Amino acid sequence: MFGNIINWIDERIPMTRVWNMHIAQYPAPKNFNFWYLFGSLAILVLVNQILTGIWLTMNYVPSAEGAFASVEYIMRDVEYGWLLRYLHSTGASAFFIVVYLHMFRGMIYGSYQKPRELLWLFGMLIFLALMAEAFMGYLLPWGQMSFWGAQVIISLFGAIPVIGDDLTLWIRGDYVISGATLNRFFALHVIALPLVLVILVFLHIVALHEVGSNNPDGVEIKRKKGSVAEEDKPKFKFHEYYTDKKDIVDAIPFHPYYTVKDILGVAGFLILFCWVVFFMPEMNGFFLEAPNFEAANPLKTPEHIFPVWYFTPFYAILRAIPDKLIGVIAMGASIVVLALLPWIDRGKVKSIRYRCGFHKLNIAQFVVTFVILGWIGATPQTDFKTLLSQITTVTYFMFFVLLFVYSKNETTKPLPTRLTK
Amino acid sequence: MSNAPVDNGRRRFLTIATSVVGGVGAAGAAVPFIASWSPSERAKSAGAPVEVDISKLEPGQLIRVEWRGKPVWVVFRTPKMLEQMKVHEGQLRDPASDEPQQLDSAKNPYRSKRPEIFVAVGICTHLGCSPSFLQGGFGEKVEGTEDGFFCPCHGSKFDMAGRVFQSVPAPLNLEVPPYTFIDDTTIIIGEEEGVA
Amino acid sequence: MMKKLVIGLFALLPTFAMAAGPSVPLMDAGNDLTDKASLQRGAKLFMNYCLGCHQMQYQRYERTFRDIGIPTEIGEAELIFDGSKVGGHILNAMEEDDAAKWFGAAPPDLTLVARVRGADWIYTYLKSFYKDDSRPFGVNNTVFPLVGMPHVLQELQGLPMPITEEVEEHGKTVTKVVGIKTDGSGEMSTDEYDQAVRDLTNFLAYVGEPSRLQSEALGIKVLGFLVILFILAFFLKKEYWRDVH
Repeated sequence: MFGNIINWIDERIPMTRVWNMHIAQYPAPKNFNFWYLFGSLAILVLVNQILTGIWLTMNYVPSAEGAFASVEYIMRDVEYGWLLRYLHSTGASAFFIVVYLHMFRGMIYGSYQKPRELLWLFGMLIFLALMAEAFMGYLLPWGQMSFWGAQVIISLFGAIPVIGDDLTLWIRGDYVISGATLNRFFALHVIALPLVLVILVFLHIVALHEVGSNNPDGVEIKRKKGSVAEEDKPKFKFHEYYTDKKDIVDAIPFHPYYTVKDILGVAGFLILFCWVVFFMPEMNGFFLEAPNFEAANPLKTPEHIFPVWYFTPFYAILRAIPDKLIGVIAMGASIVVLALLPWIDRGKVKSIRYRCGFHKLNIAQFVVTFVILGWIGATPQTDFKTLLSQITTVTYFMFFVLLFVYSKNETTKPLPTRLTK
Repeated sequence: MSNAPVDNGRRRFLTIATSVVGGVGAAGAAVPFIASWSPSERAKSAGAPVEVDISKLEPGQLIRVEWRGKPVWVVFRTPKMLEQMKVHEGQLRDPASDEPQQLDSAKNPYRSKRPEIFVAVGICTHLGCSPSFLQGGFGEKVEGTEDGFFCPCHGSKFDMAGRVFQSVPAPLNLEVPPYTFIDDTTIIIGEEEGVA
Repeated sequence: MMKKLVIGLFALLPTFAMAAGPSVPLMDAGNDLTDKASLQRGAKLFMNYCLGCHQMQYQRYERTFRDIGIPTEIGEAELIFDGSKVGGHILNAMEEDDAAKWFGAAPPDLTLVARVRGADWIYTYLKSFYKDDSRPFGVNNTVFPLVGMPHVLQELQGLPMPITEEVEEHGKTVTKVVGIKTDGSGEMSTDEYDQAVRDLTNFLAYVGEPSRLQSEALGIKVLGFLVILFILAFFLKKEYWRDVH
């Protein structure tokens, strides 16, 4: 009976084939480590954001008059409204944590390198869409930080020569941030950008499955057809789509091995996530900023305006430069340069494990730089911090410059012929 | 790869156990989503019991009050109306009010706490229209009964106790909401001793 | 964060430069959301002393009574002074324009004050009024300099007299208020007053986030469940991965 239903469906849509090709008989390198959990976690958080987001729109009022009150209505009057809202607000931060770790994984194991350039670019587009999504979503509670944060970010467009002022006016649809701005941001936040995100995530996965996953050794598991001895081939069955073209070594089917591993990762992640949601949703002002519990007031700026933590590294780069236009360009460049990594890194060896010591140092300094920039962007400016942010802005870009230089003729360790462990 | 044979029993047990626990988790995660659709505190507050002053209600008069967004009728029935209700009992679907369209306190021939004061939700039990009060003009709908309620949407007919006549689309008598007389001239609609 | 806000409030005043120095350190409110008696006393204080000017426009009476353990009928009789419906919001009848005329600015809504400024700030603020005849209401506040609010709890605390000290600041000698001592004319002793302020702070903290206790109670269960799921998933993973290792 069950088999009949499956057959009936399979004759109409390729359900079993897709399941086998992409899950049950999809060859994944057997040596994925901790860092490889964040892709599936990002999907989990995306689903959380979409579901809680849909539910929040059921009671949210997208108007300058009603927005703030409707959020408090959700927090107080709607049954479990507080939980839906905290899931969504914590989920926003969790999304960036997971995505940053996912990107970092790509950096250390060279997952952006040939042939995965397009995969990386889709990822960067996801990151951009995510930043736009988060930025617009942050306006919706219509608190003081929502209002003034949006004010500052939109003003950045004013730095563009000639059209800047008209452009900011056009984005706001008013002379200040107003209900008109709120309404268009709401529309983009709840439908346009989520749609873009979901499509990009789909393309990201399509690209991933076409080229196959990289792994911590950075050694390809797909070898030239006929180059692998029969006894070296894994005992598992993989889909012909992959085995017809290539010989595969050191791979295991995604399901059940990585599904059970991802379930473990999900459970571990949810423990941390729910701990924040239920016990510290404000996360000391990092996830929910205190001034945002005050309704937006166009006549009164909070003394310090900080973006939410996930924007602060880029915001610090903006502030480090004492010229509006150059600051905006630098901030934009700090994101664009990430997208260019596949071409900046001219090395042939992917994984940090087999690259030169200088590369390890460079990545370490990049991490320190990123954290320092994030801290500076989230705290009031002092003379010392301005200087420090200028230094770290330089070291941020130096990472890429140095990488471009030394990767050309890098002394690397010999690559293993097979995956280790 | 280990050479130990796969322990299928253990594997099956763990798979089922994890699936069941995961399923419970998914069901639990659905709770806030489902619960958030129930009436909010605002809706409950708006749906709170309503006080009605009937000191100015005259015999034969009907007043409408809003309770939970629905029209509630309060009618001062004349002795003649009460008398006529006995005449057509044979033409009613549920003359003894056996269907639970009222609380026990109103399960009597008059479907009310006091014979002369009738309280009912003015919504036809067929498809939700609000019937009209045909005072003195109901005779053309039901012979021998001068007063009653007639639903303009699909022609359902109810007598002065909100009891539905036979061979009309409405299946049930009009609903009598919980209500309490707090004194001779004041009714609270939506609240009744011992009923939440 | 709160300090910044307080200062931000005064950004438009010419006295800003003076107020912008480091604010006084905040005292620990020591409030406890599980202490229902304290919340009930705090609610009573709020309704009696604060509600005349400050609303809680997002919070409802009925829910408040339910959460802090006051039976609805008693709450209706004892704590609703303006005949509001018990399901209604905690509002007052003051017009915003009038308020702005009387106090210089409309008294802020207090529903979320504890989330904006924090419990410690409220506690310290309510203990930091001091006599200052140069101010319109005869009092000033060390936490909120040049505050436009009268010391409404004065009948409880008594008249708070400032203890001053001469300190060097930026090369100038200035007089600073370093402490406060009541003149003893209040209904309460110092300890009683501290407790009253703590109760009021506690109540405001509750109203700021009424779901806090509910959240933590549910959170424990959710985490317990997830730990079980994690353990099962751990063994499941280990079991399957015996094929690989």
